[in-house]
Amino acid sequence: MQRPDARGYFGVFGGKFVPEVLAEALAELERAVEGAFADGAFWREYQALLRDYVGRPSPITQASRLLGGERVARLLLKREDLNHTGAHKINNTVGQGLLAIRMGKRRLIAETGAGQHGVATATIGAKLGLPVDVYMGALDVERQSLNVYVMKLLGARVHPVTSGTQTLKDATNEAFRQWAGRVEDTFYVIGSVVGAHPYPYMVREFQKVIGSEARAQVLERYQRLPSDVIACVGGGSNAMGIFSGFIDDRDVKLWGVEAAGHGLQSDDTAATLGAGTVGILHGSRSYLLQTPEGQVRNTHSISAGLDYPGVGPEHAFLKDSGRAFYVSATDEEAVAAFHRCAEREGIVPALESAHALAFAERLASERGPDGLLLVCLSGRGDKDTRQIAALEGVELAGAAWR
Amino acid sequence: MAVTASRLGGIEQLESAFQKAHADGRGALIPYVCGGDPNLATCAAIVDALGAAGADAIEIGIPYGDPLADGPTIAAAAQRALECGTSVDDVVGLAAGARERGAPPLLLFTYLNPVVQYGVERFAAALAAAGAAGAIVPDLPYEESEALRRAFHRWGLALPLLVAPTTPFERAVAIAERSDGFVYLVSRLGVTSAAHGPDIAWIGERIARLRPRTARRIAVGFGISRPDEVRAVCRYADGAIVGSALVDSYAGTLGAQAVDRARAFLCSLRAATVREPES
Ligand SMILES: Cc1ncc(COP(=O)(O)O)c(C=O)c1O
Repeated sequence: MQRPDARGYFGVFGGKFVPEVLAEALAELERAVEGAFADGAFWREYQALLRDYVGRPSPITQASRLLGGERVARLLLKREDLNHTGAHKINNTVGQGLLAIRMGKRRLIAETGAGQHGVATATIGAKLGLPVDVYMGALDVERQSLNVYVMKLLGARVHPVTSGTQTLKDATNEAFRQWAGRVEDTFYVIGSVVGAHPYPYMVREFQKVIGSEARAQVLERYQRLPSDVIACVGGGSNAMGIFSGFIDDRDVKLWGVEAAGHGLQSDDTAATLGAGTVGILHGSRSYLLQTPEGQVRNTHSISAGLDYPGVGPEHAFLKDSGRAFYVSATDEEAVAAFHRCAEREGIVPALESAHALAFAERLASERGPDGLLLVCLSGRGDKDTRQIAALEGVELAGAAWR
Repeated sequence: MAVTASRLGGIEQLESAFQKAHADGRGALIPYVCGGDPNLATCAAIVDALGAAGADAIEIGIPYGDPLADGPTIAAAAQRALECGTSVDDVVGLAAGARERGAPPLLLFTYLNPVVQYGVERFAAALAAAGAAGAIVPDLPYEESEALRRAFHRWGLALPLLVAPTTPFERAVAIAERSDGFVYLVSRLGVTSAAHGPDIAWIGERIARLRPRTARRIAVGFGISRPDEVRAVCRYADGAIVGSALVDSYAGTLGAQAVDRARAFLCSLRAATVREPES
């Protein structure tokens, strides 16, 4: 599996495009990552927390009823929804939290969109005794009021960001700005394989556990490797995590599923690799949804966790090198897959993960019975039930407990 | 005079502005405006007024929707300019017009992505054609600056690089070496904003250590908003850059009122650039 080069590039993607005030903080982080990754004791502590606190390893479940018919492939779900806090995000925050302690940092800051990464950061902050400040677009604060409250219960402070589009992209801008103001004592916990080097590499290494567990589990149970590995791609962390386990298995096809929103050709999309061009955002060169003038475009996805105009640089590299394929699912397809998974498998998936499921269903009939599809079920859908209800015009009696 | 000045390369334009200020016993005063804020015509009139009121050089921002190095004031100004539809070419055109009317050296302040999408070579050529002195790119790290620097060199354009309080000293020396026009010393931690003033003690100490190691001019920016801060900075530096406080001074106004406020604000700082003789 590839490491970025000395300047932080995967091929031509990556780098460290940040204001000078942050350059030394990134250099310090690079040194700390280098030291920690070479230290068995660090990994033992990380693994112990994943086992005893997060509840790993997460199982794989064969989805036997989701795909009707005999002539289709088998479908396996890697159950990141069963992790503590309900998504893969915590694998990463455990790692970065331990690194923050190792570096002697005294507080954590994080950006969040849907609130999943904010909750995962608030959780590890509480566990490790580090105060947490979360930056969240004002629109998202309103849309995800439940997660905002959960973060507060966990002792974190949530700061609504009112600039720009008031969503994840602006929350990330603000987290970078806040970091620039307090670099010395603050650790910025980024929630995906995005940002300036070493973040994309570091976050991938913390999410790699998804892929290495899944590979061993599939081999043990089926005595073979999957034909295809499928994951949704927002920034791309759950996808890089599960891809990592199989990247050297050249016969295993890797599929990243982006959020097409209302469609790839529409203005309302978040499919960065599908509809974007190469540009620079949040410290790295990658694909980007932007105007010809280089202004970042507004994005749309029904799933807040995928509603981001950028994508991790390693995905850009995997796309251009042809090692992974990037496809997309629309809002409508994701919602349909959400319902089918709930009704036929007894699993309410996150809307993000439902994008991966929607594509997997398509691929399964193409592959036929020899196919063995592994899907990263990146999170559970409790957070999305309110939104789904609203879509269906169902009025939840929420006021009493809200 | 203006015609000859515009034929000078950007690096030379800036150097002669610093020399002129120095000969007058002053530090150079370098105001920042966001191009197209509150609209293109008013912004052009503001640039003219700042030049007439004694700005030694002027930074004109190319508005960007995701300005990582800017606080709320400049981010909001960029938003206003973008809502008017201000493009890169609009700002370059604004600079060209101002230079024709006799503006002091003009530096475009821009994030990297708009430059990359415009095309680095094309951007350099457009700046030179406009008579601009160069550009400041706050998210262009020193390690990545070579391509832009080479393109700018062909046109004699300046590319001042930034040094921050967190920059290790030897790195600061290396950055200064590559910094054309002047070294942009960031006055404190954080992003642009008038809410937090410059760290004068650090500025004095850092400039004293840098002087023996670099022949470059040093200008200080971020957070400078009051005459006493300009005075303190000019004691050590070749110039003081004032952004957010100026932009704040005319935020929410249009036309002649905005121009008057910008002029008055600049005038309030101009006298403070004069260096008192050592006692
Ligand atoms: C459940 C879930 N899956 C996926 C994502 C998308 O992030 P990434 O692409 O980094 O895995 C999110 C982000 O909030 C999420 O909550």
